[in-house]
Amino acid sequence: MLDQNRLTIAFASLRAADKKTVLPFITAGYPDLDTTIDLLAAFRRQGVRVCELGIPFSDPVADGPVIQASYTEVLGRGLTGSEIFQAVAEYRRREAAACAADGLPSLALMAMVSYSIIFRHGPENYLAQAAAAGIDALIVPDLPLEESAALTPQAQERGLCNILLVSPMTPPPRRLQIAKASRGFLYYISVAGITGERKRLPEETIQAVADLRRQVDIPICIGFGISSPQTVAQVCSVADGAIVGSAIVHRIADAAKAGAGHDELVARVADFVGELLAPLR
Amino acid sequence: MTAKDYALMPRNGYFGPYGGRFVPETLISALDQLEREYRRAMADPIFIDEFDRCLRQIAGRPSELYFASRLTQKLGGAKIYLKREDMNHTGAHKINNTLGQALLTLRMGKKRVIAETGAGQHGVATATAAAVFGLECEVYMGTEDIRRQALNVFRMQLLGARVAPVSSGQCTLKDALNEAMRDWMGSVSGTHYIIGSVAGPAPFPEMVREFQSCIGREARRQMLSAEGRLPDLLIACVGGGSNAAGLFAPMIEDESVRMVGVEAGGRSLKLGDHAATLSAGAPGVLHGAKSYVLQDADGNTAPVHSISAGLDYPGVGPEHAYWKDTGRVEYLPCSDEQALDAVVTLAHTEGIIPALESAHAVAEAVVRAPKMGKDRIILICLSGRGDKDCNEIAMLLEKRK
Repeated sequence: MLDQNRLTIAFASLRAADKKTVLPFITAGYPDLDTTIDLLAAFRRQGVRVCELGIPFSDPVADGPVIQASYTEVLGRGLTGSEIFQAVAEYRRREAAACAADGLPSLALMAMVSYSIIFRHGPENYLAQAAAAGIDALIVPDLPLEESAALTPQAQERGLCNILLVSPMTPPPRRLQIAKASRGFLYYISVAGITGERKRLPEETIQAVADLRRQVDIPICIGFGISSPQTVAQVCSVADGAIVGSAIVHRIADAAKAGAGHDELVARVADFVGELLAPLR
Repeated sequence: MTAKDYALMPRNGYFGPYGGRFVPETLISALDQLEREYRRAMADPIFIDEFDRCLRQIAGRPSELYFASRLTQKLGGAKIYLKREDMNHTGAHKINNTLGQALLTLRMGKKRVIAETGAGQHGVATATAAAVFGLECEVYMGTEDIRRQALNVFRMQLLGARVAPVSSGQCTLKDALNEAMRDWMGSVSGTHYIIGSVAGPAPFPEMVREFQSCIGREARRQMLSAEGRLPDLLIACVGGGSNAAGLFAPMIEDESVRMVGVEAGGRSLKLGDHAATLSAGAPGVLHGAKSYVLQDADGNTAPVHSISAGLDYPGVGPEHAYWKDTGRVEYLPCSDEQALDAVVTLAHTEGIIPALESAHAVAEAVVRAPKMGKDRIILICLSGRGDKDCNEIAMLLEKRK
């Protein structure tokens, strides 16, 4: 069911080419949905294969101040979940034409979404909407291994990967259990704490991922605290990918606040993602 | 349904379909450690003795079961008793729980505690327990609540705690809880998070209920000794629901005892005007547990309102959700105005100024007592005293003129 999934395909081809990647995170609808659609298109042209869309939520406990502020702003404007899915569907329509023209692969899209939202809509209903819009995977940060037992197979039936997370606080035997239950890739949280930019990541994290790497086959991507080409290079020495969130959202916020126009904002942020990708080219 | 169906021992952290652990993976090992340590402690006579000693010598327990004779006379129906949690050290039931969790913190070898607070009562109770045991203490509090509860902010600081202002979201209790959770994610190896209510991920709802169950155990014993029988009706206010759970749990299997939880009905039952989660909300997930919540159609937490900062919360403990669904406990709202009237009534008839939270429970007794026979008995949990609310009460009464 997942062999046609864009995320599965992306990592299979990256591995076949012995390549690592950067997975940019952006907040859906921030500063607006047109920008979100154009950022996705620009990322794809930069060579991004997998992108994470944060679904704004009122009480995001795993997120640091930068991402949280973007959520509060988007929700303050009254943006709804169904408008986000419509925008994703619109991106997919435009992407089909763009891929045909440039021959580059399509983006795998992951929705980072609180289980509060999924439960409210009803898991079946939410998964159906996500799959129909063109989402490939879910990251549900408040749904740990035990609680995810029901959602993972439900997602899989719809062709969606449910990506699970491991933290430095996770005991090693549990890391293996989580790796086994995760679909698409394993999300390794670099530090105990919330999202946010850090200069360098702890050596223990790099070592722990290297150890895990030898024990499991599923791709491993590291997130939280990655903010520069240097940290990307550091984590990609052991991982399949580096997830970069706050550093990107922060640049979107700065550009929007400085009054940058739509095209300029998209260009600036896409350039930054290009810089992040540079050490991996 | 038999008494056994209300089994107080949750299954894998669930009360029926409610509860669980909807938290980031980073916290799972800490919750495992906490649950292990909690179960060991509850089976350890040395811990139980030490907790009892703390309740006696620090909290000042047992609290009185007081016959409210003038209130009973005025209402002309059922006899009304008050469980005087307002007479505890620090002025509310919150100290029971913070002493228990502070002792657990010591057992886990952690040196720092954090807490969230709305009205400030749980913050003060946490700061007090931290001072007693020499723990570092940081209390997260919404800036809106800091404004409303200036006295409690000062009390916490005087007790040596740091009060961290939270200006995200709505700047109230739920946002303080988010911020405390974020702190805990980064500090979990040396810090214990003292959640103040029967909410949050397992094992908090069960553990906080157990630490608060001294309320119901004492009340049951005191009532048997005063009246030779159990009360007909228990009434307690419910925000997150810790004083209600502490009163109800030890009598949950006494089927002759009816129970009512009173929620903050606020201005009206329109979303955003109240905090009556069980009366007007729906099942959902918030702050680590599945329970009833107040949300919009997308699952985002709805704004809430109450004159009482301690009830101003869009969720409720999962065990209450279970008690509601099974019909064991009835939950209903009480408006701001009714609660304010009840403050005045209790002050005039009994010389007791109740906390605005507790006044919601008193208000329900004012409605029910006259409809009940004089041979009936109502027991109200007077969960806290109103000193902290005096400025707010003065302002609200002034507005009425």
